[in-house]
Amino acid sequence: MSDTLTKPRAITTAGAIDTDVHPPLPRQADLLPYVDDYWKETFQSRDIDVLELMSAPERTKPYRRPDWVGEGDALVAMQKNLLDPLELGHAILNVVSGAHALFDPYLAQAVCRATNDWLADTWLDRDSRLRGSMLVPFQNVPAAVAEIERLASDKRFVQILTLAAGELPLGRQTYWPIFEAAEKHGLPIGIHAGSMLRHAPSHSGYHSFLIEDHIAMTQGFATQIASMIAEGVFAKYPDLKVVAIESGVSWIPPLMWRMSKDWRGTRIEVPWVKDSPAALIRRHVRVTSQPFDGPEDPAEVEKMLSHLLSDDMLLFSSDYPHWHYEGLDVLPHGVPDALLQKAMRSNALATYPRLGG
Amino acid sequence: MEATELDRETTAPKRLGVVDCDIHPAFSNPQELGSYLPQRWRDHIRDYALRTPNPFLGAMIYPRMTPGNGMRRDSWPPNGGPPASDLAFLREQLLDQCNIDHGVLQPLAAGAVTNNQDLGAALCIGINDWQIDKFAGPEPRLRASICVAQEDAAESVAEIDRRAHDRRFVQISIPPRTIEPIGRRRYWPIFEAAEHYGLPIGLHTGAFGQRPNTPSGWSSFYLEEHYAASNSLQTVIVSMIMEGVFERFPKLKIVVVEGGFSWVPSLAWRMDREWKRMGAEVPQVKRKPSEYLRDHFWFTTQPIEEPEENRHLDDIVRWIGADRLMFSTDYPHWDFDDPRFAFRTPLDPADRAKIFRDNAMQLFRLDQ
Amino acid sequence: MPNYVVCKLTDIPQGEARRFSAGKRDVAIFNVQGTLHAIADRCPHEGASLCKGKITGLVDSDGPGDYRMERRGELVRCPWHGWEFDILTGKSYCDPNRLKVRSYDVKVSPGSDLAEGPYQIEVYDVSVQDEYVIVTL
Repeated sequence: MSDTLTKPRAITTAGAIDTDVHPPLPRQADLLPYVDDYWKETFQSRDIDVLELMSAPERTKPYRRPDWVGEGDALVAMQKNLLDPLELGHAILNVVSGAHALFDPYLAQAVCRATNDWLADTWLDRDSRLRGSMLVPFQNVPAAVAEIERLASDKRFVQILTLAAGELPLGRQTYWPIFEAAEKHGLPIGIHAGSMLRHAPSHSGYHSFLIEDHIAMTQGFATQIASMIAEGVFAKYPDLKVVAIESGVSWIPPLMWRMSKDWRGTRIEVPWVKDSPAALIRRHVRVTSQPFDGPEDPAEVEKMLSHLLSDDMLLFSSDYPHWHYEGLDVLPHGVPDALLQKAMRSNALATYPRLGG
Repeated sequence: MEATELDRETTAPKRLGVVDCDIHPAFSNPQELGSYLPQRWRDHIRDYALRTPNPFLGAMIYPRMTPGNGMRRDSWPPNGGPPASDLAFLREQLLDQCNIDHGVLQPLAAGAVTNNQDLGAALCIGINDWQIDKFAGPEPRLRASICVAQEDAAESVAEIDRRAHDRRFVQISIPPRTIEPIGRRRYWPIFEAAEHYGLPIGLHTGAFGQRPNTPSGWSSFYLEEHYAASNSLQTVIVSMIMEGVFERFPKLKIVVVEGGFSWVPSLAWRMDREWKRMGAEVPQVKRKPSEYLRDHFWFTTQPIEEPEENRHLDDIVRWIGADRLMFSTDYPHWDFDDPRFAFRTPLDPADRAKIFRDNAMQLFRLDQ
Repeated sequence: MPNYVVCKLTDIPQGEARRFSAGKRDVAIFNVQGTLHAIADRCPHEGASLCKGKITGLVDSDGPGDYRMERRGELVRCPWHGWEFDILTGKSYCDPNRLKVRSYDVKVSPGSDLAEGPYQIEVYDVSVQDEYVIVTL
């Protein structure tokens, strides 16, 4: 069924930059070559294996696109299903790992480091179109900074990943050294859907169903962005960019409106916030296109996107191998042409300076 | 860009009486509530305090920007007492000035959120009596809410049974930050009673809860907390739909209070998208989630969102449906909306009548 | 443009504001360290009386954790939503280009001058020994 559908509208994916593509999570055997003897012993004795997030399990069957499920080399499949048919220029690989949720700060450091090296060796080295997001241990800020510095010279790493729900709101000063290093090296902070479940996903505790966790994830994104604004992260690091990955898109205008209105009455609490939150969001926050929470009618999609008052924010993503579209129809209908053109490539280049070489 | 000034009419529109779905009555002094409690509970509060999940006794965890824990600065009654504690001044400043024909009281006293469930039930009984004695009895424009301590469903139902015959009560009031997601079956007896009596359930944004206000823990600032309040309201909607509450209680009506409303369309699209793939996880959900949303939920408008382009609010109203929005002021709180100016985009007159009056008249059966 | 005599100078103590009706308009007159400033007494947002707001300074900052209070007494925070307006210009602090309160010329004249000028005296019996506040609409 995949190849029979025509490409929609004026989308030219040739040369496009796909900002959210997932390799399978590494297993213990994948990571062992990248750890020292101590961690090798620890991984084996303590069963440190695949770290799949409860809040966003890799195995969730409904999101595995039937025509993409298969055995064999995952890179070959990715080439066949995604990179080749869409003629992509680049694809950014995001490993949605449970490393974020580990409690042991040194184990987290070891898993992040090994995962990054595994990604470079077994993915980035094998296809020059691929780029990667690095994992760094937010649990251990000095080690996170050291990992950023270690990888900074490898320009194929273009972003630092974290999750939509973590231990502390993301704007807290604890994390500022990570943001400082990120800004210095032109690395956006990619906030990916997923929770460390340090806290309940809702004001009323734990949901009965995974679908509720998925739906509530926008609350995680919104409050991380709100935290970064209120704590003054963008005042302190004016060149820092944040990418909301797999967030759904349409939650952003309501956050802009509500927070900007509140800011007028409460800005004396945070006087370092000198621009309206809407303006700060347009300047610093970018959002990947899939999944997309929009109306069915393309004309209404266009209206919804116009609420952003920006053509700079939307970044094309497939969220491969997750099932959001059929055939090669990668983007929701109703995205205006001008925005579409920018979303496919130039917005990503402006967001990820390391992609430009 | 051209500077703008507010040159609209100052006088209340004569034609359209407004229904205000969110008014916060207050006690004149701390003893006033006590006088509605049995001696046992008066002594208890004196000796052990009224305990909630709040880390402070008698202070806000996110201090508000104005005195009185976030009141309009002009709302202190000239004869003394805190804002909205003096019926005469409430009549003058709110009902008369804003041309409000009917107002729904939403008491925020701690009955529903106190940790001691028996105390919570006693507080709710006292607050319900007090609303009638002090406000809804002497002033027919004001209607009351049946406050219940929802964690004890049996006691909540008993209180609903005691009040439902009194038409001055027009809804059941529950805070959205329940201990478990509100769609869980422990709360179903309350839904059953609500449906039985034809009373909507109003869920008013709560400043206190057992859980952090963001899924990444507690935010630092009030600026963040004020937005995060709508998180609990989203949870209410999703939980009730996904647990199948409306399949079991098809006539149940829910009012989402003081969360604004511009996030509702995005939530509806998100629920439908997820359900398209994940529907098998929730077989009790028989229809698209947005259809339950459309059939069972109403939204009060305050604090109304103010897009940079006013006309963007038109899209939001259209996507939700003008028949599901109900105006509210949140008097006497600082983020009060004035019915004369709250919508900065011109509404179609028919939609205006629905939002400012007719929807609430019908839902709360205010003409009966 | 009509001039209105709205009150005696002594009616507006330093650091305070009073509301006066001048013709059909409600005017808020602020006494900022001895100098009077007049703006419309309606917040351009939802119409609250700015006279009932908080007269305060400008909170500024050089970065997270830094707080500075400047221009003491020259800003008013609306009594409802707390939006800040510059008393001297009527401009909104957060949105100075799009949002402002109309400001008016205000001056002080001795009572002896008022007998002949083109003034509309609505409330006051003028006495020659006092000073009066005059607003030009």
